[in-house]
Amino acid sequence: MELITPGLGLLFWMTLVFLLLLFILGKFAWKPILQMLKERETSIHEALNTANKAKEEMKSLKAGNEELLQQAKNERDAILNEARKIKDKMIEEARQKASEEAARIVESAKETILNEKMAAMTELKNQIAENSLTLARFILKRELADPHKQEEYAKELIKELKFN
Amino acid sequence: MNRSRPLNLTLLTVLLVVAGMLTTLPVWSQENPQQKVKADSATTATSSGKEEGSFNAGQMILEHVVDNHEWHIAEIGHLELVVPLPVILLYDGQFYCFSSSRFHNESHSYQGFTLATEGPHKGKIVRSGENKTNPEAPEVYDFSITKTVLAIMISAFLLILIFVSMARMAARSKGKAPTGMQNLLEPLVLFVRDDIARSSIGEKHYEKFLPYLLTIFFFILFNNLFGLIPFFPGGANVTGNITVTLVMAVFTFILTTINGNKHYWIDIINTPGVPWWLKIPLPLMPIVEIIGIITKPFVLMVRLFANITAGHIIALGFVSLIFIFGAISAALGLGVSVVSVAFMVFMDLLELLVAFIQAYVFTLLSALYFGLAVTEPEHH
Repeated sequence: MELITPGLGLLFWMTLVFLLLLFILGKFAWKPILQMLKERETSIHEALNTANKAKEEMKSLKAGNEELLQQAKNERDAILNEARKIKDKMIEEARQKASEEAARIVESAKETILNEKMAAMTELKNQIAENSLTLARFILKRELADPHKQEEYAKELIKELKFN
Repeated sequence: MNRSRPLNLTLLTVLLVVAGMLTTLPVWSQENPQQKVKADSATTATSSGKEEGSFNAGQMILEHVVDNHEWHIAEIGHLELVVPLPVILLYDGQFYCFSSSRFHNESHSYQGFTLATEGPHKGKIVRSGENKTNPEAPEVYDFSITKTVLAIMISAFLLILIFVSMARMAARSKGKAPTGMQNLLEPLVLFVRDDIARSSIGEKHYEKFLPYLLTIFFFILFNNLFGLIPFFPGGANVTGNITVTLVMAVFTFILTTINGNKHYWIDIINTPGVPWWLKIPLPLMPIVEIIGIITKPFVLMVRLFANITAGHIIALGFVSLIFIFGAISAALGLGVSVVSVAFMVFMDLLELLVAFIQAYVFTLLSALYFGLAVTEPEHH
């Protein structure tokens, strides 16, 4: 019977000790422990959120990088193309210019040659005229009595001229 | 958090099993001299009129399970190892306070009080010579620090020591990973918070009841486990004492009742979904519901008490078997002891499981009752 009969003294002490335990643990143990657990949970939650956000950002950053890279590549290609075009054009222009110059030089050379030739011809003509005049003067210098002699002399002069 | 729970439970189980192995063997080695006590007292107490050297298993078991005015550890030969406990009595408006070792004399009496060794008041303190003859004599109110009271105080002290230091540790290592004791106890605290309080009471109100639920959970768990340790600070049948479970059940009852909202009381007085003829001429349903308010904590009280006491009785029963057979022949006793010890190891492991389960059930049911009391009516 004692087994299932509550005792007065034990009832009193149990209530007292249990109330004290409830008070002390509630105030000095459960409150800080639960607070700490809650704080830790929030901090873990926040950390995970931040990590996810960073991951997301990294992803977008990577995508941006790739886009940028693509853009740079495109630009490079464009620049290269442009450069190639310019090069071709320059070469073409240079060639054209060179041929033009050559033509011009040839032309001027031709002109010069012609001029020189004309000058030479004139000089030659003058020389001939002068020689003729000298010859004539020599002929005139002699007495032109004898036409036979005259003729002879002329032949002689011509001979001389030939030697000269 | 969810992923770590199975691991934590596994760890806990392993720990409990190891603890069980450590505690089981001493049970036997410690109970051994205890039997000698009984045998000795049986031989010396001529007034008992029983056969000399006889071993009364039922009596021995009952004496171990109920409360006592002194804490018996062992008796080796004639050397008794007893922790005497203070006796505090209130008699006729006056306090009497003395050590329980004062009763160690021929008549078991001191200052006019007797520690009854037999009869209906066995183990209780009564006024010498007056107990039967004078019905008008003032009652002896016994506020002694008994074995159970001391065990409660020790466990309360340990609980405070452990959890306050854990709180200190938690405050010190803020923002860091938990270490040591914190790692062992935090999963349990989280278990009570998430799986008991939050799921039974609801997100809105659970925080109010959490300190109480944590306190009863750890108080019951600690005392259940302490009851399995056969040495001095443990071994007391605290949670298997009806007074202890009564106090806790009353606390749950009071908390449920004072926190009951309008919806809770309306459900009790005018239960919805019940035919009107169960309420109107004869308030059958309200009566059933009001009885239910009382039976809920009553069942809490009986369940814990019965489970833990049963565990102690079975363990002691196996010990008794050794001595019953040992009385017939020493060899037989030795043979039976092997089987008994094997069964006791098994029972103690089972009791470790029961220690946890009963702490869980008491806390969970308390939480469910609180949940019923504070739940808001659902708007359909």
